[in-house]
Amino acid sequence: MAAMRRLIWPLLILAALLLVNVAFIPGFLSIEVREGHLYGSLIDILRFGAPLILVSLGMTLVIATGGIDLSVGSVVAISGALACLQISQDQGVFIAIVLALGLSVLLGAWNGFLVAGIGIQPIIATLILMVAGRGLAQLITDGQIITVNDPAYKLIGGGYWLTVPFGVLIVLAVLAITAFLTRRLALGLLIESVGGNAEASRLAGIRSRGIIVMVYAFAALCAGVAGLMISSNVSSADGNNAGLWIELDAILAVVIGGTSLAGGRFSLGGTVLGALIIQTLTTTIYSIGVPPETTLLFKALVVAVVCLVQSPAFRDKVFHRRRRPPSARPAEEKVRVTA
Amino acid sequence: MTTLSLGGGRVIPAKYVPVLVTACLFAAMFVVGGIRYDGFASGQVVLNVFIDNAFLLVVAVGMTFVILTGGIDLSVGSVVALSTMISATLMAGPGWPPYLVVPLVLLIGSGLGLVMGYLVHAFDIQPFIVTLAGMFLARGLCYTIGTDSVPIEDPTFTAFAQTRIDLFADLWISPSVLIAAVVVLVAAYVLHYTRLGRAVYATGGSEQSALLMGLPVGRTKIAVYTISGFCSALGGVLLSFYMLSGYGLHAVGMELDAIAAVVIGGTLLTGGTGFLLGTVLGVLVLGLIQTILSFEGTLSSWWTKIFIGLLLFAFILLQRLFSARTRP
Repeated sequence: MAAMRRLIWPLLILAALLLVNVAFIPGFLSIEVREGHLYGSLIDILRFGAPLILVSLGMTLVIATGGIDLSVGSVVAISGALACLQISQDQGVFIAIVLALGLSVLLGAWNGFLVAGIGIQPIIATLILMVAGRGLAQLITDGQIITVNDPAYKLIGGGYWLTVPFGVLIVLAVLAITAFLTRRLALGLLIESVGGNAEASRLAGIRSRGIIVMVYAFAALCAGVAGLMISSNVSSADGNNAGLWIELDAILAVVIGGTSLAGGRFSLGGTVLGALIIQTLTTTIYSIGVPPETTLLFKALVVAVVCLVQSPAFRDKVFHRRRRPPSARPAEEKVRVTA
Repeated sequence: MTTLSLGGGRVIPAKYVPVLVTACLFAAMFVVGGIRYDGFASGQVVLNVFIDNAFLLVVAVGMTFVILTGGIDLSVGSVVALSTMISATLMAGPGWPPYLVVPLVLLIGSGLGLVMGYLVHAFDIQPFIVTLAGMFLARGLCYTIGTDSVPIEDPTFTAFAQTRIDLFADLWISPSVLIAAVVVLVAAYVLHYTRLGRAVYATGGSEQSALLMGLPVGRTKIAVYTISGFCSALGGVLLSFYMLSGYGLHAVGMELDAIAAVVIGGTLLTGGTGFLLGTVLGVLVLGLIQTILSFEGTLSSWWTKIFIGLLLFAFILLQRLFSARTRP
């Protein structure tokens, strides 16, 4: 019940955005099958939002441990660059993908090692890879844009399977696996307890370090897959611009979804909603004819509104809600952590 | 007080160690550069680093305030761009005089910072998210004003840009460096000799304790974001002297450079510890990397990023080692 209440705001916002679209675009909600592919504005939102949803899923688990990963954008670029480089050198697509994802996991493990092994603050530890990784991606592509033409590779980001965009299927698969691992097994509980208090979790017998390294590796793996999708969709790798600022959108999606940046709890459903809100927002901006120059203004406005609406302090002040007695708050926190 | 004892019985307080390390690194880089390249080991090379990075220095000073309280300001790069855009447009279109434009720009920057600080304090929203929205807002305003680069032809601005202040022995600096130096001095005074400075360190050290001590934590938080907004706007004015144009794509990613400079300067991102001198050295180290790469000539621009990343890593590791060793 509490989980549903947390999701109500993102759901309302997404519904409002969709309503705006319905009002402005005739046939916005219609989905049809053309040439064996699903077509429609809603499908487009899912298809173009797929990389962001993936990156945000990884980010959710990282943030749940009380961390943050600024390097995912760079990992997106590196993964796409490496895969395209391999393919352009006539390596098999499979090998290229395995290499790219392997490198991504390695980079994620490096982040995790810096955070858990050396004890660097997550924002700084991942800032290192964020800055250096961009350079690394450009080093791999030698500052050029590598263009590839491989139908098998094209499938990942631009193809369809059983009439559904392949990227959406990947997202569904990752979402299902993540949800199973974190909500059906104890893993989610362990992650939340590490986010609540890493040291206390360690004393309680949880391998905090292993969990932390794992979530960063997972976030990087998600970013790597997103990188493959993005580069495959445009059939080229751009070390400089691929995945630029996607980390900010991803963090935003997680926060909009109701996951606290302080760690200790997370909501996968909320994150997916958050990412969809951001993608729908982009679509809305184009569809209602807001000039593209003002896209960012619009985005800033929505971010501000969403964050304000979710801030308890704001709701107290604006809606004149009776403040809870001070003793109620810590108690509620406690319940949340152990739940 | 925790101290780090060196040979010969000398003792250096541990809080100065990161700054010292950065200073040593800067010196080492300069010496290596001087040995490797002809014409590197001159005072003008150092001054050029100041001239080329005066705006970054000013922005980093504002960032230092925010980070000292344990916050972060992602909006600085966009506010810099917005400032160049507003000043260029107002001078090109309606032909406003610079003495009106510059105060207006500074006011807008401070105002944006004030609003962000208020949101952070009053509604308890994470600084990361608030300033992210500020970043989108300022960048969006830039593009709304115009998507093209606007040249600045105002005689006062161009005169200011071309002025060389001669020092002794053929060395010279630009007026921007003087402004940046004044900003650094004033900021250092505020941080170390005023109530606000005390409150900044106390808030960053432990917000709860600062509150219990009766310090105006809320006002301090709003103040640091306002200061950062002001510094970003001033950095924008300096950048428009340097570039003589206003453009929405100026200073993309500058927030990262500023944060990197602050971190390399030994300020902890958790707040409470750090010095302005460290930030100055951090900016110098970043600038010197660029200089060395340009002297090297054959290296591509992406090596800058990789080097900055490696440096960040080395520094943070060093800080960890020292803080681990000096812990009781």
